[in-house]
Amino acid sequence: MQQVFKRPTSLKDVQTHFCPGCHHGTIHRLVAEALDEFGLQKETIGIASIGCSVFLYYYFDIDVIETPHGRAPAVATGVKRARPDRFVFTYQGDGDLAAIGTAEIIHAANRGEHISVIFVNNTTYGMTGGQMAPTTLLGQKTSTSPYGRKPQVEGYPIRMAELLSGLDGVAFSARAAVNSPKNLMDAKKQIRKAFRYQVEGKGFSFVEVLAACPTNWGMNPIEANERVGREMCEFFKLGTFKNTAEL
Amino acid sequence: MPRIEIDELRCKGCALCTIACPKKLIATSEHINNLGYKPAVFEGTEVQCTGCALCAEMCPDVAIKVFK
Ligand SMILES: Cc1ncc(C[n+]2csc(CCOP(=O)(O)OP(=O)(O)O)c2C)c(N)n1
Ligand code: SF4
Ligand code: SF4
Ligand code: SF4
Repeated sequence: MQQVFKRPTSLKDVQTHFCPGCHHGTIHRLVAEALDEFGLQKETIGIASIGCSVFLYYYFDIDVIETPHGRAPAVATGVKRARPDRFVFTYQGDGDLAAIGTAEIIHAANRGEHISVIFVNNTTYGMTGGQMAPTTLLGQKTSTSPYGRKPQVEGYPIRMAELLSGLDGVAFSARAAVNSPKNLMDAKKQIRKAFRYQVEGKGFSFVEVLAACPTNWGMNPIEANERVGREMCEFFKLGTFKNTAEL
Repeated sequence: MPRIEIDELRCKGCALCTIACPKKLIATSEHINNLGYKPAVFEGTEVQCTGCALCAEMCPDVAIKVFK
């Protein structure tokens, strides 16, 4: 008998601080599996952001730099330009990437930096108590939109994967989810593709992963997992929006 | 025979594995673990488990090992 499912070696064997049912844990594992598959553990520099994924350096067995809120793509730019032999990825939430760090992600993408970006969209600011994010869905109640997000007041949710795919500097942009075994298998493939872009020197790659935040959505893990499929996948369509090298 | 091992000390009782198993072989237990959660337990027999690993794939806490 063989072990057919085990923890990837790029992921430390430690307890995480994530809430029960938080998809950050799942997405961490998928990223670690992709690093293992490409044999990148020893040559990777992970760029962590601010949010519930702030402890990337506790959970990944790789080198990690912790950056100020939203600045991960700027730091990744410097790291990759100084050490082009290293594999460099950022891991950012939607508050981090689509709010405070909008300028950094847009310009790193537009410059076509040779980095990979993992963007975890859970439609809220998880760490700070569930405030509205640019990705919050219309009608969604958050601690700063207690009556539900209204477009006249708070504008519309932003689709980052589509938006970035419009920039000439972007080589690969896709959106995935981990709410069902089928979607999770697709998410694995999209993360692998994004990493292949960098490994093969083919340019900037971006994967948005839809994620549950049961705690701030006021749901149990099963309900939150279902909401990803029911509400988020409706608005944030899964798929590949740009794949210049047709990988 | 395929089988799974659930690490009770890491399990946060989210129950995502229980809905992932196509054969419904996993349930949430009634006792409370060291983290204060009701951990998942395998309730099937080895004959029933196919070793498909969907439970392990869905586990956000990498608490399930699968042998085949
Ligand atoms: C410069 C700065 N401004 C504000 C904060 C407070 N802050 C910490 S985490 C966070 C939002 C994180 O949300 P998101 O990126 O969606 O990640 P999640 O926690 O949901 O994974 C904010 C605003 C900060 N740490 N630094
Ligand atoms: S608050 Fe939300 S994003 Fe943060 S660990 Fe908990 S479930 Fe995950
Ligand atoms: S390996 Fe497959 S059949 Fe066995 S418990 Fe897990 S999901 Fe169910
Ligand atoms: S998915 Fe993992 S953490 Fe959640 S109940 Fe099952 S074994 Fe426990």
